[in-house]
Amino acid sequence: MTFPILPEQASKIATQTDNLCWGLVSISAAVCLIVFVPMIYFLFKYRNGHPADRSPSNLPQTRIEIAWTILPLLIFMCFYVWGAKAYFNIERPPPGAMEINVIGKQWMWKVQHPEGNREIDELHVPVGRIVKLTMTSQDVIHDFFLPAFRTKQDVVPGRYTTEWFQADKIGTYHLFCSEYCGTSHSHMEGRVIVLSQADYQAWLTEGQPGTTLAESGERLFRELGCSGCHLGQSVIRAPPLQGLFGKPVPLNDGTVVIADEGYIRDSILLPAKQITGGYTNDMPSFAGRVSEDELLELIAYIKTLGSQSP
Amino acid sequence: MANSHEAVAEQFDDMPQQIEASTLGMWTFLATEILFFGALFLAYIVYRHTYAQAFALAGRHTLILYGTINTALLLTSSFTMSLAIHSAQEGKNKPLLGFLLLTIFLGCGFLLVKGLEYHEDVHEHLFPGAHFTRELPAPGQIFWVLYWVMTGVHSIHLAAGIGLLAVIVWMAWRRRFSSYYHNPVLISGLYWHFVDVIWVWLYALLYLINRH
Amino acid sequence: MNATLPQTETLEIPKPPKRLLTYFEDGGRTVGSWLLTTDHKRIGILYLYSIVAFFTIGAIAAAIMRLELITPAGDLVTSDTYNKLFTIHGTVMVWFFLIPSIPSVLGNFVVPLMLGARDLAFPRLNLLSWYLFNLGGLLALYAIAIGGVDTGWTFYTPYSSTFTNTHVVTMVAGVFMAGFSSILTGLNFIVTTHKMRAPGLTWFRLPLFLWSNYATSVILVMATPVLAMTLVLLSIERIWGVGVFDPQLGGDPVLFQHLFWFYSHPAVYIMILPGMGVVSELVTCFARKPIFGYHFVAFASMAIALIGFFVWGHHMFTSGASVYSGLVFSITSYLVAVPSAIKVFNWTMTLHRGRIFLNTPMLYALGFIGLFTVGGLTGLFLAALALDVHVTDTYFVVAHFHYIMVGGMVTGFLGGLHYWWPKITGRLYPESLGRLAALIIFIGFNLTFFPQYVMGYLGMVRRYHAYAPEFQIYHVMSSAGASILGVGYLLPLIYLIWSLKHGKKAPANPWNATGLEWQTPSPPPKHNFAQTPIVTRPPYQYSAETEEHMVYG
Repeated sequence: MTFPILPEQASKIATQTDNLCWGLVSISAAVCLIVFVPMIYFLFKYRNGHPADRSPSNLPQTRIEIAWTILPLLIFMCFYVWGAKAYFNIERPPPGAMEINVIGKQWMWKVQHPEGNREIDELHVPVGRIVKLTMTSQDVIHDFFLPAFRTKQDVVPGRYTTEWFQADKIGTYHLFCSEYCGTSHSHMEGRVIVLSQADYQAWLTEGQPGTTLAESGERLFRELGCSGCHLGQSVIRAPPLQGLFGKPVPLNDGTVVIADEGYIRDSILLPAKQITGGYTNDMPSFAGRVSEDELLELIAYIKTLGSQSP
Repeated sequence: MANSHEAVAEQFDDMPQQIEASTLGMWTFLATEILFFGALFLAYIVYRHTYAQAFALAGRHTLILYGTINTALLLTSSFTMSLAIHSAQEGKNKPLLGFLLLTIFLGCGFLLVKGLEYHEDVHEHLFPGAHFTRELPAPGQIFWVLYWVMTGVHSIHLAAGIGLLAVIVWMAWRRRFSSYYHNPVLISGLYWHFVDVIWVWLYALLYLINRH
Repeated sequence: MNATLPQTETLEIPKPPKRLLTYFEDGGRTVGSWLLTTDHKRIGILYLYSIVAFFTIGAIAAAIMRLELITPAGDLVTSDTYNKLFTIHGTVMVWFFLIPSIPSVLGNFVVPLMLGARDLAFPRLNLLSWYLFNLGGLLALYAIAIGGVDTGWTFYTPYSSTFTNTHVVTMVAGVFMAGFSSILTGLNFIVTTHKMRAPGLTWFRLPLFLWSNYATSVILVMATPVLAMTLVLLSIERIWGVGVFDPQLGGDPVLFQHLFWFYSHPAVYIMILPGMGVVSELVTCFARKPIFGYHFVAFASMAIALIGFFVWGHHMFTSGASVYSGLVFSITSYLVAVPSAIKVFNWTMTLHRGRIFLNTPMLYALGFIGLFTVGGLTGLFLAALALDVHVTDTYFVVAHFHYIMVGGMVTGFLGGLHYWWPKITGRLYPESLGRLAALIIFIGFNLTFFPQYVMGYLGMVRRYHAYAPEFQIYHVMSSAGASILGVGYLLPLIYLIWSLKHGKKAPANPWNATGLEWQTPSPPPKHNFAQTPIVTRPPYQYSAETEEHMVYG
C-alpha cells in the first residue's frame, strides 16, 4: 500500500492551487491554536475542585466581540480575493490554445483532435502547450476532472463547457468523471498522456485517419444539405457563414449575440431560438439527425470558414 | 361570551392569544406558499428569458376569453369574501352565510370554467407529451408544461379554499361566530385573497404578457 | 399556660400537595393514547422512535459502503447496489434523521417547557407533522424495498428524470411528504415562540436554544416549499416525459441544481443551527457561567439563517454557471462563516473563569466545538473558488459536510439527549458509560473522516464504487474508524434503554440548571407546569464562584 500525501503537480495552476491550499491550512492551524489552546487551558484551570479565581471578569465584552467579528471578516476577504483571482486563471484559457473536443457519454470519454485523430478514455497532449477542451455530453451530466492539473468542469448535455490546462511535465495522469452519472460512474476514468513535442507529432501521424475534423465537417455540411442554402448562389436566402465564427450577430429581436460554439449548436438544433436579423425562420431543426460528434465536426468546419473569409 | 370562551384551546391563556397565534400561523403558511409558487415563477422567468420568441408564440395559444372570465369571477369572489368578513365583524350571521355561499359559488364557477378551458386545451393538442401540437417550436412545450403545472397547482389551492369555506359555512350555520369571535372567517379570508392574488399573477404571465 | 394547649392540637396542618401525574401516566398508557396524543412531549418521543429507526437504516447502508471500500476493486457489492446504498444513506440521513433530529425530537419536547407554555400553539398540527413524516418515511422505505433509487440524494437531472430506471418518483414523493412535515413543524415553532412565551420572558431572555430553533424554523418554512415544487416538476418530467430540465427538450438541467440547492444549502443550516443551540445550553450549564456575548450568539443564529439563503451557488462553481455568479456566491459563503466563528469564540470565552464539570453532555459539547471548528474551517477551503474547483465532488467535500452534520449535529443531538434525558424519562443514565461513549465517538469520528480530507485532496472522487489503488490506505483508515464510531453509537442506545428501567430516579433539576424546563418535576406533568412560571431574569444566571453540587458532581 502506498502512502501518498500530496497529489502530483503537473501544471502552474496546480502550484497556484496548492499555494492557496497551504495558505488556508496555515490560517486554519492558527485558528485551531487560538481556539483549542485556551479551551484546553480553561478546562484544566477552571475544572471543578481546582482552586482558581472565578470572580466575574471585567473584560470589555463589546470590544472583544467587535474585534473577533471584524478580524475574521478581513482575513476571509483576503482569501476570497486570492481564491477569486486564481479562479479567473483557471476559468479563462490564455490565447494560443490548441483545441480538442471531448464528448462524455455513459460511461466513456470520446476525444476528437482537430487533425482528425480520435481516442477513447485517453487524451494525448504535447507538453508545454495550452490545451483547451470544448466539452459536451450526449446523455447525463459528467465532469472532466484532472487532479494533477487541479482542474475540473462539468460536462453538461445541451451546451458546451470549456476547460484548459498546460502540462509542464511529461507523464501519465488520472482522468476521472467526478459528477455522478449512473451505474459505472466509478469506471468512467481514463488517462491523460503528456508527450514531448516530437512524440506527440509521431503519435498524431501514426493514428492520422486521412481527414481532419473540419474536412469531415465539410462532407457532412454537403450531405445534410446545409450548403444548398448557406453557401454560394442559392435560391433560398439564408445567413452566409463565411467569417461568422466569433463575430457578433444581430438578431431579429434587436439583441446581439457572439457566434460561438454554443450559438452554432443552437442554430442547428433549435433554429427558432435565435433568428438572425433580416431573416425568417425557414430552417428545419436538425435535432435528432446529427450526433454530438457530428455537431462538433460541423462547428470545426464553420470555424475554418471564418478564417477563409476575405 | 360563554360560547366564545369554549373556543379557547387548552394550550392558550385567553382568546386574544389564540387569535393572534392563529393569524400569525396563517401568515407564516402564506409565506411558505409564496415560495412554493416562487419556484414556478422562477422557472418561468428563466425560460422566458432563454426562449423569448418561443414563449411569446406559445403564449398566444392560451384562451384569453376563459382566462378573463375567470379573473372576473375570482376578483368578485374576493369582494364577496370581504363582505362576508365585514358581516362577521358586525355579528350578522345571515349575511355572513349568504356571502360565504356566494364566494363558494364563484369559486366553483372558476373551477368549472377552468375545466372547460382545459378540455379545449387538450382538444387543441396543448397538453405536453407525445401528442403536443407541432405548430409550436420545441421550447414552446416548456411554456405549456409550466401553464399546466401553475394553473393546476392553483386550482388545487382553490379547491382547498372551497373546502375550507365549506367548514366555515358549517360553523356559521351552527352559530359559532359573533362580533367577538370570528377569527376563523378572517383567516380563511386571508387564504382566499392569497389564492386570488396568485391567479392575478398567473393571468398576467400566461394570458396577457404574450399579447401586446 | 394549660389553656392554650388544646388550641395548638386543633391547628390545621395543610396536606402536602398531591403529586402531579407525569405525562406518561396522564392520558393513559395505551398505544392508542400515544398515537392520538397532542401532547408535545409524547410527540417528541414518537419522533425519537422514528428517527432511531431511520438512523439505523442509514447507518447499515454506510457500514456496507465502508466495508466495500476497504479494497480498491468493487468486489463486495455490484456498482448498482453501491449506488443505491449511498442514495439510501444520503436520503434517509438527511431528510429522515438529521432534519428532524434536534428540532422534532428535542425541540418538540423542550421548546414549550423552555417557554413556560403548556404546549405548542397547534398541537394537532404537530401530531399531523409526525404522521406526514412517517408516511414520507414509509414511502421512501417502500421505494428502497421495491428496488431502490440510484440517483444520490441530490436527484440531479437529467439522470434522475430521464436516464435512471429506478424508483425515483416514489422516493421523491416520500421526501415531499417529509418536507411538508418540516414546514408544519417550523410554522408551529415560529408561532409558539412569538405568541406563547411566559410572562416576563422577553426575546432577549430566551435561552439560546430557542433562538437557534427559531432561526431553524424560519429556514424550514421558507426553503422547504422550493424543494417541494422542484420535486413536483422533476416527477412531472419523469412521469409524462415532458421537458422542464431535460436538455433534449430544451430544458436546463442546471436550473434544477439552482432550485435544489436553494433549498438544500439552507437545509445544511437546519442541520447545524439546532446543534449550536444545544451547545450554548450545555456550555453555560457545565461551566456554571452566563454565556459570553449573549446578543452576539443570538444574532449570529439569525444571521446564519438569513445569509444562508444567498450561498447556494457555491455548490455549482464547476457546473458551467457564469464566472461572475461564482464571485458572488464565494463572497456570501465567506460572510456566512463569520457568525459561525463568533459562536465558537463565545463558547470558548464562556469557559474562562467558569467552574467546569466534565459530565457527559459537556464532553459532547466540547466535541461539537472541536469538530465543528474543523468542519467550518474546511468550509473556507471550499468557499475559495480556485480550490473548490479541485476539491468539489471529492472526498474533501464528503469529509467537510460529515464534520458539520455528524461531528456537529449528531454530537449536538447526543449531547442534548443526555442533558435532557433525566427530564424526558425521569431516569439517570450511568455517567461513566456516558463519558466513555462520548470519547469513543470523538476518536472514531476523527479516524473515519479526517483521512477523507487528505484523499479528497489527492483526487479521490465521491460516489466511486471502485477506486485507484493509491487511495486504499486512507479508505482502510476510514473504515477502521467507522467501526469504532459504530461501537460509540451503539453504546448510548444500550445504556439509555437500560436506564429506563434500572437507572436511578432523576430529581427535577439534576444539573442545577436555570432553564424553565428544570423548574418542573422530571418527567413533567401533562401540562408542564402546575402554575405558569413568571420570568424575571435573563437566562443562564449561573455563578461559578459558589461551590455547587451536581447529581454526578
